[in-house]
Amino acid sequence: MSETSYVLEMQGIRKGFPGVQALDDVTLKVRPGTVHALMGENGAGKSTLMKCLFGMYQPDSGSIVLDGRERAFSNSQQALDAGISMIHQELHPIPYRSVMENLWLGRYPTRGVGPFRLVDHSKMLADTVALFDELQMDLDPKVWVTHLSVSKIQSLEIAKAVSYQSRIIIMDEPTSSLSETEVGHLFRIIRKLKADGVAIIYISHKMEEILQIADDVTIMRDGRQVGTYPAGELTTELIINRMVGRDLTHRFPPRSNVPGEVLMRVENYTSTNSKSFKDVSFELKRGEILGVSGLVGAQRTEVMEAIFGMRPIRQGQIFLNGKLRSIKHPIDAKRNKMALLTEERRTTGIFPILPVYENTLMAHWGHYVRAWGLLDLKKGEEDVQKGIRALRVKTPSSRALIQDLSGGNQQKIVLSRWLLTEPDILILDEPTRGIDVGAKFEIYTLIAALAERGKGIIMISSELPEILGMSDRIMVMCEGRMTGIVSGADATQEEIMHLSTQFMTQGTPNGSH
Amino acid sequence: MAAIDTTVLKRPLGARIKDVAGKRAMLIVLLALIGLTGIVQPSFLNVGNIINVLMISSVYVILALGEGPILLTRGVDLSAGRVVGLAGCIAASMLQRVDYSSKVFPDLPAMPLWAPILLAVVAGILIGVLNGSIVAYLKVPPFITTLGTMVVVYGITSLYVDRPPHGATPIGGLRDDFTIISNGAIDISGDFRLPYILIIAVVIVLAMWVLLNYTRTGKNIYAIGANPDAATVSGVNVNKTLILVYVIAGALYGLAGSLQAARQGSATNNLGFTWELDAIAACVIGGVSTSGGIGTVGGIVTGVLILTFLNNALVILGVSVYWQQIFKGLIIVTAVAIDIRKYLKKR
Repeated sequence: MSETSYVLEMQGIRKGFPGVQALDDVTLKVRPGTVHALMGENGAGKSTLMKCLFGMYQPDSGSIVLDGRERAFSNSQQALDAGISMIHQELHPIPYRSVMENLWLGRYPTRGVGPFRLVDHSKMLADTVALFDELQMDLDPKVWVTHLSVSKIQSLEIAKAVSYQSRIIIMDEPTSSLSETEVGHLFRIIRKLKADGVAIIYISHKMEEILQIADDVTIMRDGRQVGTYPAGELTTELIINRMVGRDLTHRFPPRSNVPGEVLMRVENYTSTNSKSFKDVSFELKRGEILGVSGLVGAQRTEVMEAIFGMRPIRQGQIFLNGKLRSIKHPIDAKRNKMALLTEERRTTGIFPILPVYENTLMAHWGHYVRAWGLLDLKKGEEDVQKGIRALRVKTPSSRALIQDLSGGNQQKIVLSRWLLTEPDILILDEPTRGIDVGAKFEIYTLIAALAERGKGIIMISSELPEILGMSDRIMVMCEGRMTGIVSGADATQEEIMHLSTQFMTQGTPNGSH
Repeated sequence: MAAIDTTVLKRPLGARIKDVAGKRAMLIVLLALIGLTGIVQPSFLNVGNIINVLMISSVYVILALGEGPILLTRGVDLSAGRVVGLAGCIAASMLQRVDYSSKVFPDLPAMPLWAPILLAVVAGILIGVLNGSIVAYLKVPPFITTLGTMVVVYGITSLYVDRPPHGATPIGGLRDDFTIISNGAIDISGDFRLPYILIIAVVIVLAMWVLLNYTRTGKNIYAIGANPDAATVSGVNVNKTLILVYVIAGALYGLAGSLQAARQGSATNNLGFTWELDAIAACVIGGVSTSGGIGTVGGIVTGVLILTFLNNALVILGVSVYWQQIFKGLIIVTAVAIDIRKYLKKR
């Protein structure tokens, strides 16, 4: 094989979703027997690119050449058959089945005659033991997967990917739940696979890991490929630079909000779940935008959902305008003039099969109740229309189903729902996730305007530029603990990254998911 | 928005007809059913027969309007039929003629008409509280919860009508002022009569229509069905709403049971047996989604009418009882297969 031979060449890949161009002319070339890291901010298109490769999405255009042969996979089974396997970012094991049944799912060894075949459990067990021995994994093949820790499940997924004997293994954030020892173990497995000529495509946010294990690094930004570099030429600073690479001043609107007196004080919030958040204390001021930063698994969402009464706490107090309040249910939070825009718009934000009308008014019906408990639907319609105009929502009418709108417009409707309740405190969890650039700017402008009107705003975001560009102060979390609060005006990406990974080097196992 | 409206108007006529046909598919099925049967057998379209079918439909409409909102919240109520039985027995047992020979309560003085019916409704409400609380607080799936209460309520009804050593005996000899509610009518002209039970059913239909469309509870019911987690985040009291839905249903079953006892002039512990399946069938034929959040009062009424008119048409056309069952089963599946198209293409 010559220097220039690749096991995989993806050329000119494009993929669009309604309202977003997720991939725009991306090229990825992977050499056999190497680790090829794929890096970029959330939403840069890494996972989408891998889903195109693995047959979960079909690219709109572009070619995938595997071992010199052009291929198009219409489902992941075809990709597996072609020698590509994938460790997914989100794990989907079958909980009440054994480890080995999960491992060989869909390809159980059988014995018998002709079409009369039964599952060969003893062969399955022998194969499993052999595989675990080879990978030096300490897993009981017969235990139910539901009894495993998240890190053990991740190990199982790694073993499963290896068991396909693929020539390309995609690893999407494989270490998100692993302790340092387990990461070391994974790296030994990766080196062994490399020696066998297997190519690994490795997606991770953790710079140290990348620099330690990768041979080549492809950096992506906004659905485009920035470039591919030998890992030896890169440093953490260079990677961040190329991942962000934009002029921050024009991406965010000017802000003229002035933080005032303290609106909310949270003290020692600690989850009932010992693997979740611990001793979180902070203050939110009137007219302030408080950014909340951290990596996947930092428990930011969990803290905010607890503050909003959606998760139980073991201890902690919350003071609103200096008065101690008890918030045990979103109803309490709403009564105390709080609003929460959740991270998962589809699962906890919108009512997909209901019209824009109901979606807008859902938190505010009480306002329209008239005699006999009847609703003044006309007044409601006025408010819906006001919201549509104010937030410039693109919808045919208030009777259109929200599921037919683009992500950005859906998000505006959910925001509009909460703005009707005239909250003092708005918690926005990843408010611009899955939204195109134009709509993002509109949402930023709205957030800035709300802060100027004296609302206290908490904004969780995994996009560092967004955090830096929008926040007055930034609270950083790592592994369920607060690692610092820095001023938004003079914080740097490096500083926040450092705080975000503060406990990581100690290898604290983390069971979030 | 004006721009979008013009694009709608500019759509070809064919496509617009298709839109309307898609949305009102079940109404068209109903009208086709009535029209076709009328051509084959004109007596089907007699005013007398139509009124008769509407009277039969009335009890089922009330029952289905209890079941429907439960389906809207992603639930199901298997106890509906048995609650009808319990309610019917309670109402009948206290509304027997004074001179009737085998009274359930021989020493009971003549009661005002409303009292036993109210008691039957209260019994339905209590079962509703039980169902709703188990579903809301213990998080037992509605299918299992109501499967259990279905069996329990049958036991309670049987105990109630049990007269050892004779065992469970039918409750007959009902008072005329009771039976007339379900059988009497206001004469208007010739065959054209306005049955009391139809008036009751129409009032219930209007009340449920207002509840589902013009009250906070109604909006919350659709929200819970569409996305229970988003409803919770929006500050909807999901548990309270769920209990209320089962309570309203229980009250309607109680009323339906009383009316049915009055209609047939007697009640046994088997009154209402498997009626929950008819109610569910009517709802799904009428476009109520068993995955929740989709369905209207108009649809539910249409669903009931399709089932009762179909039944009547088959009888009038002289189709055997066994074939009637086969037709009924087929139309349930066919209707839903047609109706579900309008949601499938959206995905």
